[in-house]
Amino acid sequence: MDLRLSAAEATAEERAAVDALLDPLLGPREVDDRAGPDSGHEARGRRHLLLPALHAVSDAVGYLSEGALNHVATRLSVPPADVYGVATFYAMFTVEPRARRVVHVCDDVACGPVGGEDLAARLTADLGPEGVGEEACWVRSPCLGLCERAPAVMFQVAGEPDFSQAPAHADDVVAAARGGATAVEADAAFADPRVSVPQTRAPRGEGLRLLRRIGVVDPGSLDDYRAHGGYEALRRAVELGASRVVRELKDSALTGRGGAAFPTGVKWEGVATAQVRPHYLVCNADESEPGTFKDRVLMEYDPFGLVEAMTIAGWATGCERGYLYIRGEYPLATRRLEHAIEEARRRGFLGADVLGEGFTFDIELRRGAGAYICGEETALLNSIEGFRGEPRNKPPFPSVSGLFGKPTVINNVETLYNVLQVLDVGGPAFASVGAERSTGTKLFCVAGSVAVPGVYEVEFGTTLRELLTLAGGLRGELRTILLGGAAGGFVMPDQLDVPLTLEGAREIGATLGSGVVLAFDTDADLVATLRRIAAFFRDESCGQCVPCRVGTVRQEEALARLERGAPLGDRETELALLDDLARVMRDASICGLGQTAPAAVQSALSLRLLSSPADPSTNGHRRVGP
Amino acid sequence: MTTAPVMLGEIKRVVTLTVDGREVRVPEGSTILQAMKAEGTPEQADTPTLCWAPNLTPINACRVCVVEVEGSRVLVPSCARTVEDGMQVRTDSEKVRHSRRMVLELLASSVDMSQAGADVARWMQDYGVDADRYGPPAPPAAAGERDRRHAGHHHAPDGSHAETVAQPVKVDNDLYVRDYSRCILCYKCVKACGTDAQFTFAISAAGRGFDARIATEFDAELPDSACVYCGNCIGVCPTGALKSVREHELREADDWDPEEETVTTTICSFCGVGCNLELHVQQGSIVNVTSPADHSVTHGHLCVKGRFGFQHVQNL
Ligand SMILES: Cc1cc2nc3c(=O)[nH]c(=O)nc-3n(C[C@H](O)[C@H](O)[C@H](O)COP(=O)(O)O)c2cc1C
Ligand code: SF4
Ligand code: SF4
Ligand code: SF4
Ligand code: FES
Ligand code: FES
Repeated sequence: MDLRLSAAEATAEERAAVDALLDPLLGPREVDDRAGPDSGHEARGRRHLLLPALHAVSDAVGYLSEGALNHVATRLSVPPADVYGVATFYAMFTVEPRARRVVHVCDDVACGPVGGEDLAARLTADLGPEGVGEEACWVRSPCLGLCERAPAVMFQVAGEPDFSQAPAHADDVVAAARGGATAVEADAAFADPRVSVPQTRAPRGEGLRLLRRIGVVDPGSLDDYRAHGGYEALRRAVELGASRVVRELKDSALTGRGGAAFPTGVKWEGVATAQVRPHYLVCNADESEPGTFKDRVLMEYDPFGLVEAMTIAGWATGCERGYLYIRGEYPLATRRLEHAIEEARRRGFLGADVLGEGFTFDIELRRGAGAYICGEETALLNSIEGFRGEPRNKPPFPSVSGLFGKPTVINNVETLYNVLQVLDVGGPAFASVGAERSTGTKLFCVAGSVAVPGVYEVEFGTTLRELLTLAGGLRGELRTILLGGAAGGFVMPDQLDVPLTLEGAREIGATLGSGVVLAFDTDADLVATLRRIAAFFRDESCGQCVPCRVGTVRQEEALARLERGAPLGDRETELALLDDLARVMRDASICGLGQTAPAAVQSALSLRLLSSPADPSTNGHRRVGP
Repeated sequence: MTTAPVMLGEIKRVVTLTVDGREVRVPEGSTILQAMKAEGTPEQADTPTLCWAPNLTPINACRVCVVEVEGSRVLVPSCARTVEDGMQVRTDSEKVRHSRRMVLELLASSVDMSQAGADVARWMQDYGVDADRYGPPAPPAAAGERDRRHAGHHHAPDGSHAETVAQPVKVDNDLYVRDYSRCILCYKCVKACGTDAQFTFAISAAGRGFDARIATEFDAELPDSACVYCGNCIGVCPTGALKSVREHELREADDWDPEEETVTTTICSFCGVGCNLELHVQQGSIVNVTSPADHSVTHGHLCVKGRFGFQHVQNL
């Protein structure tokens, strides 16, 4: 393919950033872009490096210039229009010059009301309007996955590692924006796991399985990991043999924790027995559902656990390569995992002859760049392959035709940690906890108006009331709980005895989703919450299909009219309109994003949580911002 | 005497499915839409489509062609789903009609569909589209404004206006215009420019969500892009977003008269390939050149000479 490029050329800095990434992978080449790209067979295999290459430029200089994109296009033999299409898909990238320090301020459902909006106001005063500023600027962000420490911010710093601050204090954020903080200092604030995982506080919670090493193990040490039972599961797996491992998994009835609750054993069996080779493993660590932070906590405090679990999954399903796709807003988890992967590789736990057992498995970490949709499994595959993160048409399913068209296992982070547990106790014992499709333990992300927010591990079947008690009870009087995330729905105070199982939730018309339990007290502004959720889906729609692309816009507009008490026609007309929109989004959208985009709004309406949106007495008092 | 070429294709197994209770038999590998077009009732054969074209691989983006398939919780795109033995398809349910109506309505409320052709106008009528119920359309965006929106960020609306894709038409070359107020983001042009015909890859979808759009690299004007003016994107555009400058000018001058148009079929003389050309003539001059989608050589696609070389014919 001949590429035609514009005259714009990369700066030395941009070129160096791209070449530092690509030279070791592709071998160096003449640096004259005008000479045209390499052609031929080999060129086809490079597109998957597009997202890493864009990250390299963005990390180094803070934005993606036309010259830099030309250089990337040349080196990877990707048409420049495609490079542009991919670059403009992600919220963390920008193709216009931007300040080298960018503060992403979470204004989402958990953070907005407890300081996110105040931070936005303070930064407007100190740095200027959103997106504007020479040295530093601030932008709004959807949930940063730090809700238990709300309010949260994340710093993207050109030429330096990114970092998070949570809880974010206004003075510290301003100081950091002016250059007064580094990733090392910021990471230190996350040193104590007891903040995010209250069950690890003394007295340590009983029966922790997925969380058992957290607070006990040093997340930076492979030796310490092994001293705490690390790599026993892999040894056990190898002893059992691959097909027996799949059997144990089927016996365990473990279902996926990424939201769709598909039986993991069935998925593994499909790929393990697929004739087409090679097979690929993908770990979905994109965790971007508002209110969700369980995967982050696992990865930050027990990173070797994920490396081991992926190794087992890869080995059992015949994959030599696993991709770990982590959301771009998780700098600390990324650092810890990069370190863990390197250590494991150095010590022979990854690579050509794992454990001396004669099998090959290695992990490649890929960073997302700000796109909730890339958590959808087929969008994630496209993102890894260097295409826009648009979901694919299913069937074929990934287990048949996934990454690079090959049979692919995709599992959520929490699902994979469960695999260690299955191997530890055996499938039947695992299945003896909980019932039906809800076996084992489940992590919940408890936040909002509770005394002690954090990640909690409970057995399936624990009631919502018991979980809230575990989290220290409520702050204030409970109005409602958002269960399952923005794609979930609301649960009322008289439903707290619902057993937390897939089946129990379904019975009350709810869903466990990604394990979000976000409590709202009677002072909460639920209209603002719903508007934020509607805005979230409008922002995160990939734009591929009409029901979701336009439906999410119309849904947000209708809610805005209801909020202002200015319906087109009357209130009933608007509710009918919202219902019409909900049906087409649910029935005709390509993927789960569009299909669930109306869920929370419809749930709130049917529970009459917005019986009169303009009336503060039924909706709590609106915070008055500056 | 001419002999038709003998196609030595694979002999395909026949698959039996039911559509609205009626048994239909089609070759394995057909899509539901193909089954309905080949073997369905007139109503089934008239299933609305927007992003589908006979000469492109299914894109599956617009979702106007959805049907119910037993066992599937959500509706299924008939243009992309291949048939299976025993499949039970319903095209006449309330669920199907509702989704089709809403897809057309959502498009009509956000995009100028006035040049999308007679079929689309008829479907909108048949399905009872009421685009006005979303409120008055918002004023058009300034030139280039939609091209600069940032993924994941938008201004919260107050709902007083319905957001649209309206924007000034892009006229940056002598051959064709891009009127993205009419763009339904069906991706057909992208596919025609890329892997389905042209392999030029001059355009791609850029941005995200409602702010997604078809763009060249860095929104360069066409003469600065990789475009070779084959016009294959024009050939597949269903809504008149892409059209020849000639047609654009005549329409602007209110001189466009499709009723008067005559079509002459000829063979392109520029090279030895021998593409079939259809010369569309209004008021004695060529306004467009197309090629039939079912033509075995072109599959409806041409190059710049066939598509835009008519200037030289007219000057003879
Ligand atoms: C819009 C959308 C976002 C998703 N985000 C995630 C995510 O961040 N993490 C995840 O594990 N699964 C996510 N999923 C579910 C995945 O598509 C997929 O079902 C899951 O990764 C499979 O792994 P599991 O079987 O282990 O749950 C998402 C789905 C949708 C529709
Ligand atoms: S439902 Fe939304 S996110 Fe999913 S493919 Fe359609 S437009 Fe994209
Ligand atoms: S005219 Fe041809 S090359 Fe240019 S954008 Fe259209 S399809 Fe691509
Ligand atoms: S320009 Fe035409 S062909 Fe291209 S996406 Fe828009 S409507 Fe479809
Ligand atoms: S981190 Fe702010 S809402 Fe989750
Ligand atoms: S015609 Fe089938 S999805 Fe567009």
